[in-house]
Amino acid sequence: MAISEQRVILKHVDEPGYDPGIECYVRHGGYETLRKAVGMQPEEICRGVEVSEVRGRGGAGFPAGMKWKFLDRKSGKPIYLICNADESEPGTFKDRQIMHKDPHQLIEGMMVSAFAIQAALAFIYIREEMPQAARILEAAIDEARARGFVGEDILGSGYSCEIVVHRGAAAYICGEETGLIESLEGKRAYPRIKPPYFPAALGLYQCPTIVNNVETLCHVKHVVAIGGEAFARTGSPGNTGTRIWCVSGHVQRPGYYEFECGALTLGEMIHDVCGGVHPGRSLKAVIPGGSSAKILRADERFTGKLKDGTEFDWGLNDIPLDFDSLMACGSMSGSGGIIVMDDRVDMVEALANINAFYSHESCGQCTPCREGSLWMKKITKRMAEGGARTEDTDLLLSIGDQIAGRTICAFGEACAWPTQSFVSKFRDEFLAKASEDSGKRKGLRLV
Amino acid sequence: MNLRAETMEHIDATIPRYPHKRSAVMPLLHAVQRDQGYISNEAIAWVAGKLGLEPVNVYEVVTFYPFFRQAPIGRRHIRLCRTLSCALCGGFGIAEVLEEAFECRMGETAPDGSATLEWAECLASCDKGPVLMLDDDLHENLTEEGVRELARTIRAENAEGSDSSMTGNNS
Ligand SMILES: Cc1cc2nc3c(=O)[nH]c(=O)nc-3n(C[C@H](O)[C@H](O)[C@H](O)COP(=O)(O)O)c2cc1C
Ligand code: SF4
Ligand code: FES
Repeated sequence: MAISEQRVILKHVDEPGYDPGIECYVRHGGYETLRKAVGMQPEEICRGVEVSEVRGRGGAGFPAGMKWKFLDRKSGKPIYLICNADESEPGTFKDRQIMHKDPHQLIEGMMVSAFAIQAALAFIYIREEMPQAARILEAAIDEARARGFVGEDILGSGYSCEIVVHRGAAAYICGEETGLIESLEGKRAYPRIKPPYFPAALGLYQCPTIVNNVETLCHVKHVVAIGGEAFARTGSPGNTGTRIWCVSGHVQRPGYYEFECGALTLGEMIHDVCGGVHPGRSLKAVIPGGSSAKILRADERFTGKLKDGTEFDWGLNDIPLDFDSLMACGSMSGSGGIIVMDDRVDMVEALANINAFYSHESCGQCTPCREGSLWMKKITKRMAEGGARTEDTDLLLSIGDQIAGRTICAFGEACAWPTQSFVSKFRDEFLAKASEDSGKRKGLRLV
Repeated sequence: MNLRAETMEHIDATIPRYPHKRSAVMPLLHAVQRDQGYISNEAIAWVAGKLGLEPVNVYEVVTFYPFFRQAPIGRRHIRLCRTLSCALCGGFGIAEVLEEAFECRMGETAPDGSATLEWAECLASCDKGPVLMLDDDLHENLTEEGVRELARTIRAENAEGSDSSMTGNNS
């Protein structure tokens, strides 16, 4: 069965003849929403974003309108808007598509948002590993400025705002919004202690700051275009709008796919949209929201109660793809990165791979995170390489349990969740390592 | 500091774009590294002076971010994605091919100076894994044969190039 996509953000992306230039964008109705926005009251736009219930697409799924409401508007300090284009969560590659193939959509979304929050200046913090996207964005900003969409007196409204593209330098922690802000201030990307440093009150240069993901800012444009109420009717209640999911790993058709939230299940995404696993293979496990999301076993049953009180009893294939359902199943929709693993995968190897990532990327400020991520990496690597001991399984769990909740930023949880979920859900596989022929590795080499 | 005219021009245009000069540390380091291939102690002091900072303020940035390097690398910079989705699609097999073709291990520079091999973390192109970056360019859906061919080309170009200076990142 073919399920067709519902492309809003990706509407023109990959369309034959569509290019990232401004002519093409304007020909397709581009910047009309900005024109509409600058004719509105900023508060009206903020209200629309709130009513739309659009949730952040960067990972936490926090409602954008609510975040904007927290802005300290009385301080008299300049307000800053930052687009988080760090896109570094393993398994995520959606923001790249937007920036490479439809950069003006992001710029329009940013200018609409900047006007709504009355930002004095806007930044795009883009990871270093996307040099071409950075150049495309800079060229697009120049084009937009030449036409009065960015810079001085935007479309004759009297409102002025520049966009500065700022490149990172290959550190994942710059995706965490307060680490990002420190980095943008020219320092090490050490996340700040919250409270008091909630960016909406004390952000860049200690001024009120809004940080939103690339996809979120694009959604703001669509919210304003169709109105908050109409937007709120798309997707499912509390999970409004469309979302871009990134599917990678062992499926026949990996890629990025846009659907309304809740419009399809994880099973439909994996089997129908992505063609399922390769012939002769069977599905073993899925990480549904970027590598920090807790892993789901193919044969697991998920039962419980949703927020609205309805009871559910799902297999992996039945889980609706939205924020709340995956959370109810003990995992998260996170950054939208779905990583699929077939029966060739040795779970100890896979966890060792993930742990190597987090150990490399810990900023080092908090002892539980810095030391714990390193130990989890060393233990899983040794286990994968044939040196497993019976006590390792519980040791791993105890390390994971001592990180989450004891750190400055959510990286602590992000690095603990894989270990906690892999070890408890594939306990037998971890225990069996100790009695395996040492040095003999089976399955794919992942570390 | 002996920087190219266009690098200087770029630097002078960049600083005033930020409300506070210190924010220009990373852009300046990018510009210097692109120009010189790496960031020397002299460059650290120079950037600090340019922005009214102490050298240690720049040094701590250089040492925190993996992309900034304090020593030259090979003529081309190869960064292969190490992370899960690419690994699931054979990334470690590609690493072996690279190590054999360049006669060095990941993290090292080939004896002929043609390239430095490094691991990268998820390059945000996981649906097309395994992937690598060759300087600024992304190479996707890598196959072992394709990578052997790429390596042959890089080594041949290096042998032809009259100045195989080790200043790296020539793009
Ligand atoms: C360790 C860590 C890494 C993160 N990486 C990213 C990232 O690469 N891109 C992103 O948009 N958000 C990332 N986030 C989430 C941001 O902190 C922040 O919540 C987000 O940019 C807010 O935008 P949104 O509300 O539009 O999602 C990360 C968070 C953590 C804790
Ligand atoms: S939790 Fe980890 S990444 Fe976050 S501040 Fe602490 S050490 Fe740094
Ligand atoms: S895992 Fe290699 S690009 Fe994401």
